Amino acid sequence: MRVNQISVFLENKSGRLSDVTRTLADNNINIRALSIADTIDYGLLRLIVNDPDLATQVLTDNGFTVARTEVLAVEIPDRPGGLAGVIDILAAKNLNIEYMYAFVGRSGDHAIVVFRIEPVEDAITVLQEGGMRILRGEELHSL
Amino acid sequence: MYFWDKKTECMSLDELRELQGERLKNTVRFAYDNVPFYRRKLDAAGVNPEDIKSIDDITKLPFTTKEDFRDNYPFGMFAVPLEQVVRIHASSGTTGKQTVVGYTENDIGVWSEAMARTLSAGGTTKGDIVQNAYGYGLFTGGLGAHYGAEKIGASVVPISGGNTKRQLQIMQDFGCTVLCCTPSYAVLLGESAAEQGIDTSKLPLKAGFFGAEPWSENMRREIEEKLHIDALDIYGLSEVMGPGVSYECMEKAGLHVSEDHFYPEIIDPETGERQPDGYKGELVFTSLTKEALPLIRYRTRDVTYLFSDNCGCGRVFRRMHRVLGRTDDMLIIRGVNVFPSQIESILMEIDGTEPHYLIVVDREKGRMDQLEVWVEVSPKMVSDEVRKLEAIERAIVAELESLLGISLKIRLVEPKTIARSEGKAKRVIDRRDLNQ
Repeated sequence: MRVNQISVFLENKSGRLSDVTRTLADNNINIRALSIADTIDYGLLRLIVNDPDLATQVLTDNGFTVARTEVLAVEIPDRPGGLAGVIDILAAKNLNIEYMYAFVGRSGDHAIVVFRIEPVEDAITVLQEGGMRILRGEELHSL
Repeated sequence: MYFWDKKTECMSLDELRELQGERLKNTVRFAYDNVPFYRRKLDAAGVNPEDIKSIDDITKLPFTTKEDFRDNYPFGMFAVPLEQVVRIHASSGTTGKQTVVGYTENDIGVWSEAMARTLSAGGTTKGDIVQNAYGYGLFTGGLGAHYGAEKIGASVVPISGGNTKRQLQIMQDFGCTVLCCTPSYAVLLGESAAEQGIDTSKLPLKAGFFGAEPWSENMRREIEEKLHIDALDIYGLSEVMGPGVSYECMEKAGLHVSEDHFYPEIIDPETGERQPDGYKGELVFTSLTKEALPLIRYRTRDVTYLFSDNCGCGRVFRRMHRVLGRTDDMLIIRGVNVFPSQIESILMEIDGTEPHYLIVVDREKGRMDQLEVWVEVSPKMVSDEVRKLEAIERAIVAELESLLGISLKIRLVEPKTIARSEGKAKRVIDRRDLNQ
């Protein structure tokens, strides 16, 4: 039900992002979704990849600081109001979204949005009760 | 040439040496009798106050260091009961403990006298309006300059540091003629005046007394051009007294040491051996008239040299070259003493920080010194959320600012990006251009 996301600390200097993507490419790791949270001096690159364990290992070996977090990948009807519907469900139960970003691929005729919500157990319950489908890691990676 | 006390400042060398010898004898006797620390120290060195007969006997005496202040914190170095102490100042120590100094009423009088000489040597008289932008507080700069200017009878504007806009407003409105502040602040005031379209050549400001941090001849030229004044270097440290220990005259060629109160020596920092005039080494001071805190051969850790060729002004006091460096890793940033060990101790206490850090000091043109501490992030610090990193940054900044008393910036950097060196790690990069 939960998907492993890896976060990489990057200083804001040229070439660092390409160092990450190159490292992943060299190890045949596919990036499925990403987002960057940044400040003036540094950023956090959040990634969903097909092999989080290998990605963590090769990035750490190459000197990057990596953190792992569990996020939820939710199927969203790909039409106007699709995202609003999901967010309404969470808001009704006072669950805060820390951040979210879109997944590159699609699941049938659904879009996929990655959510970071605390506490994650409550979010799973609320979303499922609201009729939302949450993708498992393997499902996500096989898309 | 301007003087506060020409008779003293231009006495004969023989008179001066006689006076120094007499005062040294009294100081050593007084310290021995009243400070257990000095008694132990002299006894251990096998020196008796009776052995001190002239100023040349000073080399028999053991040194005093900043660590001695720490070991006797807070008042263990005082030679008089607190009833006679009228003022207490403090500056940074190498660790958490401050270096504490005290003054009797008479000490404040001597200090005021020394600062009156300093300000007079640059032409300050009772007709002047002195804008004192040194910080007032535990730091000796503010009150030291204040009392000296009052002693002369000048009108003191105790504006203290900061608030550049107000400084320039008051400088214009009051018609201030003399400025006292750190040299980097003087540059900033000059730049800001230009930005605001203030024509400083039309202002009555004529002289400035700048100290409490290292500066250079280039900066002197810059300040003199920007503010249209004579910029004079002053030197002092709270352990010895505060500002006014040595001062430049209008020759602007080295700082005359008020040798009748503060006896300077240069030693080889490795061997402790006394160096002749003209040789570079560590500056050492012995107080000759202080009561609350007599100081015997205090190692300042400042590197300079003394010279005694006759100055055009006629003062008998030897001169010291502007400070050339330090024998330890102390940094002076915006007038505040900062030891890397202080920063390290804070970082070690904060959970999750790596022991790898770098202190970067910079002085961009027209700005005050900037202190940046680069800290390598550790896996413990990194999560998927920026705000957690920002919270760590804020916590480090708060702790460091509270300890050091100056603002600074933390820069989180990637692991292993701070250069590791063999043996002693390089902890400081000082980009200020201070030796020209």
